[in-house]
Amino acid sequence: MKWLESGEVIRHTAAMLELSDLSLSVSIQGKRVDAVSAVSLCLQPGRVLGLVGESGCGKSLTAQAILRLGEHQGVEKSSGDIRLDGKSLFAMSNEQLRTVRGGHIAMIFQEPMTALNPVFSIGSQIIEVIRLHLDLTKQQARQRAIDLLQDVGMQDAEQVLKQYPDALSGGMRQRVLIAMAMAADPDYIIADEPTTALDVSVQKRIIALLLDLQKKRNLGLLLVTHDFGLVAEMCDDVAVMYAGQIVESGSVSEIFDHPAHPYTRALMGCRPEVSLPGKPLPVISGQVPPPGRWPSGCHFAKRCPLAKDDCSHPVAADVWSRANHVTRCLHVGENS
Amino acid sequence: MSVLRVEQLNKTFAAGGMFKAIGKAKRAVIDTSFDLQAGETLAIVGESGSGKSTTARLAMQLLTPDSGQIYWAGENVTRLRGAELRKRRSHIQMVFQDPYASLNPRMKIWQSVAEGLRVHRPEMTNSQRRDKVAETLALCGLDDSGMDRYPHQFSGGQRQRIGIARALIVEPKVLVLDEPVSALDVSVQAQILNLLKEIQLNTNLAYLFISHDLSVVRHIADRVSVMFAGQVVEQGKVADIFGHCAHPYTRALLDARPIRHPDERNRDDVVMVIGEGMSDTGCAYQPRCAFKRDGCADFDGTLNAQGCACLYPLSVRS
Repeated sequence: MKWLESGEVIRHTAAMLELSDLSLSVSIQGKRVDAVSAVSLCLQPGRVLGLVGESGCGKSLTAQAILRLGEHQGVEKSSGDIRLDGKSLFAMSNEQLRTVRGGHIAMIFQEPMTALNPVFSIGSQIIEVIRLHLDLTKQQARQRAIDLLQDVGMQDAEQVLKQYPDALSGGMRQRVLIAMAMAADPDYIIADEPTTALDVSVQKRIIALLLDLQKKRNLGLLLVTHDFGLVAEMCDDVAVMYAGQIVESGSVSEIFDHPAHPYTRALMGCRPEVSLPGKPLPVISGQVPPPGRWPSGCHFAKRCPLAKDDCSHPVAADVWSRANHVTRCLHVGENS
Repeated sequence: MSVLRVEQLNKTFAAGGMFKAIGKAKRAVIDTSFDLQAGETLAIVGESGSGKSTTARLAMQLLTPDSGQIYWAGENVTRLRGAELRKRRSHIQMVFQDPYASLNPRMKIWQSVAEGLRVHRPEMTNSQRRDKVAETLALCGLDDSGMDRYPHQFSGGQRQRIGIARALIVEPKVLVLDEPVSALDVSVQAQILNLLKEIQLNTNLAYLFISHDLSVVRHIADRVSVMFAGQVVEQGKVADIFGHCAHPYTRALLDARPIRHPDERNRDDVVMVIGEGMSDTGCAYQPRCAFKRDGCADFDGTLNAQGCACLYPLSVRS
């Protein structure tokens, strides 16, 4: 994480959510294989970090591991650590974890349709969260729920409290979920594809809302997405994942102006919004290797136009680096 | 040559079941017309609930319109039913959004792809069918080694290729593509879009392309119809719509596209959608329109000569 502050290595400072060399394994046909390999990330208050990659790269597993979700589905930590303000989340009791979840770190999911319970009113669902974390009376909690809904741009908050999820549009539901995430004043928000399920015109407004709240409350926001457009819009820093590894990370302007890893470059290049009219879109040949079939060297080597013999040996995450930018590639800047 | 033409289509869905008495009928498609030529791509864009998929299903005769006419290759098929309609269905075929849900998991790939042949080419023998399947899969960039495998053994991109092959096997003249790349990763999306372009160049197929993603539409389409609340609010060539659109809703959709570079943040000329919902009387877009003025409440929503349904268009097109 040295690129965060010009060459200076920051570790264990007061307020920080830090993933260090985190590897997560899943069970595939009875065998444990790593699906996330030695991921290091650092989330700071007031900053937005984008974790970008295609489906199956391990970005959602990584994000869920921060709240130690996914463990009941067979995801296990195989090495590394996650520390909140210096304390390991893996050393915490279930009770401590319950305060962390929602209290310090909250999550916003992709599907606003399935994240709300259809048989309870919006009010009862928000008030439940508030009273779980804060020592408030019912009346105080209700007032706080109204304030939260107004914060996320719902004018007739009192009315919304009485409604059930099916009465709200997708954008409205996502606002409710954002309000719920803010209920206990967390320091960090993990947003996993928060706008993917929404219409484009609604997306823009949810993005604006998230950024507004993030600035006002000095939140550390981890944005998990496949969409470089969203990254361009929201993030201060970016980490690009491919086949379980972070292949490149840096400040958003570095990554957009000087993408160094061949995968990042290819992924940015095949977006139709930057394509040339009338020309075929650039493509990446081949397929992402699934967990368990990763090569021992660079995970991208098989599909990479720059691959050489030395790519068959493991490549360090920061083998190429400069200010605000590190890349896991031995051949940055070479021509294919 | 016009391969698909629809005129003044209307479709209303009645509230049903428990809520029949209190429910409100939904006008899903209102007075929608378009014409599609061989070798051309017409995109229908709009948000969920705008009526774009319903329009496509009406054009395919999967739904019956309340009023309006549908022509396939110049022939009025609006009143055709049963065997008469089935005989002609090979003219227009569909590719679905979700390649995971649209293939039968228990059928081998070749059987899924060959299904259309059973109906439209009953005279073919089994081995002729297999040859035809192999040929069509090759057209879609898949070799014949996967013919006896099952859908779960393929990736999302490969499954979408299979879905396209299944539509192509009866040699249609029109392909209806309902969000064909929105469930795919961006690198896979690029492959499928390239494939669709290539197929169109080689076969002169016409595409009716349903999408909410304007960047994809810009890349693939020749013409665009923008739908809002069941009505076409603007239509025109891609270059015109993307260059200087006239309807405030089109403008808002264009401005809502993801930006390409962080430097584009905080642009101050962005037209945002304000408010929610739609109006039942007058211009349906009123509650969200930043340019609403006198007269909008009485506007009947007909397209003007330039293809824009707005009393106060943003730009005047030549």
